[in-house]
Amino acid sequence: MSSSVTGSVGAVGGGDAPRYYSIEDHHPENGTLLGFWLYLMSDCLVFACLFAVYAVLGRNYAGGPTGAELFDLPLVAVNTSLLLLSSITYGFAMLAMQRNRLAPTQGWLAVTGLLGAGFIFLELREFAHLVQEGAGPQRSAFLSSFFTLVGTHGLHVTFGILWLLTLMAQLGKHGLCAANRRRLMCLSMFWHFLDVVWIAVFTVVYLLGVLP
Amino acid sequence: MNTPSQPTAHADPHAVDATPHAGSLREYVTGFLLAVLLTAIPFWLVMAHAFARSGTTAAVILGLAAVQIVIHMVYFLHMDTRSEGGWTLLALLFTVMLVVIALSGSLWVMYHLNDNMMPSSMHGMGNMHDMRNMP
Repeated sequence: MSSSVTGSVGAVGGGDAPRYYSIEDHHPENGTLLGFWLYLMSDCLVFACLFAVYAVLGRNYAGGPTGAELFDLPLVAVNTSLLLLSSITYGFAMLAMQRNRLAPTQGWLAVTGLLGAGFIFLELREFAHLVQEGAGPQRSAFLSSFFTLVGTHGLHVTFGILWLLTLMAQLGKHGLCAANRRRLMCLSMFWHFLDVVWIAVFTVVYLLGVLP
Repeated sequence: MNTPSQPTAHADPHAVDATPHAGSLREYVTGFLLAVLLTAIPFWLVMAHAFARSGTTAAVILGLAAVQIVIHMVYFLHMDTRSEGGWTLLALLFTVMLVVIALSGSLWVMYHLNDNMMPSSMHGMGNMHDMRNMP
């Protein structure tokens, strides 16, 4: 991947030994991180489409329950704070990684994972409650788009937690090697990105949803 | 980024991918406090019915969300004009453009579609009437 192409100049200035110089530009410093950023941007487009669907269908209740009747804002506030807290604990893990301290890195990652798991737990409980009340995804266009949008975000967080657990195992085995640092940077971007998406979710879906 | 790179960064060619800019404690705490503030205000606005008109509340909380997204981008995702030689910012701006087109386009088209297809709407009836009278 990083083998640089070299070309022979031949003898310059009368020396016998051939000289080599790199005809390639300096290897991009963070090819992986830029690539991962592009993935996040494409993920952003997926969410944008789901938001557009929700924006169009969000008030089509089909005679069923409305957002104002269904949403429990205090629960959403707790969920939001869990995710926001997990964002800063991941930041602390990155700071510990910068200082080359493995144990605090693992500790903050574990806290982040637990906060994420708490978020998913509360969200699944909310979904189960809605389905029990007969407000499942098949009830109205509003609920279909709601479950698709919020569920897709929840699925991302779930996979983020799986990734986090995998990384913790990797860190336990190989320590803070260069590859693991790079992976931690990628997951960091993924995790903060999910928090950004959640800002849009709690604003557009929950807060705007309960407005009369 | 020019922030402290790993000491081994130049010894091992594969190590240059590590930690270009992972932020500082101050950055994370500032971002976190701002985010808490920008989350608490919209929840309070909606739960306390601070504004009489829904439209005002909607505009304010959407604005606060936009500000908070920028805060997250700067303090948590460490966006700036120089990272990766500006490519991350360029990709972000391009994505924002696509998102704006997708969102505003969907709303615009679907709003007018609803408006024109609504059988009970007087406006629509008027149009149908006109068309029937056309030669």
